[in-house]
Amino acid sequence: MKRTIVPFGPQHPVLAEPLVLDLVLEDEKVIDAIPTIGYIHRGLEAMVDRVEYTEMGFVVERICGICSFMHGMGYCLALESIMSVEVPDRARWLRIIWAEISRIQSHLLWLGLGADAFGFENLFMHCWRMREEILDIFEKTTGGRIIHSVNRIGGVKRDISDSELIAIVARLDGLGKAFEATARVFANDPSIRHRMSGVGVLSMADARAVDAVGPMARASGVRMDTRLAGQNLYDQIEFEPVLETAGDCLARVVVRMREVRQSIDLIHQMVDKMPKGEGLPLENKPRGNPSGETFTRLEQPRGEVVYYVKANGTKYLERFRARTPTFANIPAMIKLVKGCDLADVPNIILTIDPCISCTER
Amino acid sequence: MSFFSKSPWILHYDASSCNGCDIEVLACLTPLYDLERFGVVNTGNPKHADILLITGSVNERNIDIIRNLYRQMPDPKVVVAVGACACSGGIFARAYNIQGGIDKVLPVDVYVPGCAARPESIIDGVVQGIGALEQKRRKSA
Repeated sequence: MKRTIVPFGPQHPVLAEPLVLDLVLEDEKVIDAIPTIGYIHRGLEAMVDRVEYTEMGFVVERICGICSFMHGMGYCLALESIMSVEVPDRARWLRIIWAEISRIQSHLLWLGLGADAFGFENLFMHCWRMREEILDIFEKTTGGRIIHSVNRIGGVKRDISDSELIAIVARLDGLGKAFEATARVFANDPSIRHRMSGVGVLSMADARAVDAVGPMARASGVRMDTRLAGQNLYDQIEFEPVLETAGDCLARVVVRMREVRQSIDLIHQMVDKMPKGEGLPLENKPRGNPSGETFTRLEQPRGEVVYYVKANGTKYLERFRARTPTFANIPAMIKLVKGCDLADVPNIILTIDPCISCTER
Repeated sequence: MSFFSKSPWILHYDASSCNGCDIEVLACLTPLYDLERFGVVNTGNPKHADILLITGSVNERNIDIIRNLYRQMPDPKVVVAVGACACSGGIFARAYNIQGGIDKVLPVDVYVPGCAARPESIIDGVVQGIGALEQKRRKSA
């Protein structure tokens, strides 16, 4: 049969970002998908030889505006481990509280974009309306809606007072209740089921074979979550990753919905466990320049992110590298797109939660 | 500006932004900010668009795409550069693959500052863009 090549992107209505795929079609079936990258490449990693390590954190935060908090956190964790800085307890708890809040933000954002991709604009608006509550919390506690810049090497810049934390938890509880109505639509609406159920199935074996990470792997039943390693105080709270077994687009939606609820629960536990009081230390300033190398791992909303930092004793790092979750999930996406209908391509691409800006840096 | 002679449609393109400004552009269209009350609709088709909203800066790879999108838009048209990167390259101005702000390739009518640009300032930028569009229309009429 005659083959047609349909270009997808770099400017495409389904995704704000310039993802480029050449879709090779036979009739309506996608035979092959060839990704091209570079439209959003900035050369951020190479900026280490121009930007001092103390300021590089601000650059790293701007790898991606959706998970900017966790990028800043990962960079600081890496530098702290190289420079053997002890981070004050309260600062460590505050970091993971912010991290879980940013997970809720990212998932609500994604649920909205997902709804938009299958043509349910009303649901998109509802998800983003709820997301504004989270951004409000961020703005009150960090001063920024998108880029927060509260992480410092050695701690955090701002405190959240105990009364404010209680107010945040109450607000998140209210959000959780409002979210249930939307979650019911996602789980039960027949038109959504029709578009998502049984589409783009990634089996557990395939998920392991292509090394899928994050919600993508967990929707296929792979029990994989960096938080299970117990770093960053996750060993002090009760945590069990959300798993689904169907592996289709709907399962990936359900995993992210359940993770919104789970993150609210985790924040409850964190606020209970953290040391209370006013004026507790938040920052131990590092001395001198870093020397040595390290790997840091974090569970971002999209999956595992790995940072590599190599320092040579000067104020400029020798190498900084970030392996972001979307990069790890692209092979899975290509695998799913092959053999699907052209009309399902936007859904499948969206359900890996692509962040091209992370991938290309 | 007491009324607009037409509903201006916007085309959004992410040049090499970090997503921060892009999600703020999308947030403008959602219930809290509701840019659509000015008659503004987000479209994916350059041939339907009057205002080109660009986030991020110019690099080697996307320079042709930006030119191409602008060329396809019907006259009169307005370019709004959203965020520090689109205005000047921002924090990435020193990165090796960044050539600078959008004004390296296109005539920019409105600059929206901020990293990330706040929805309020994006709305302000678009409304100023509508004004610029009206002026261009009158001139060409």
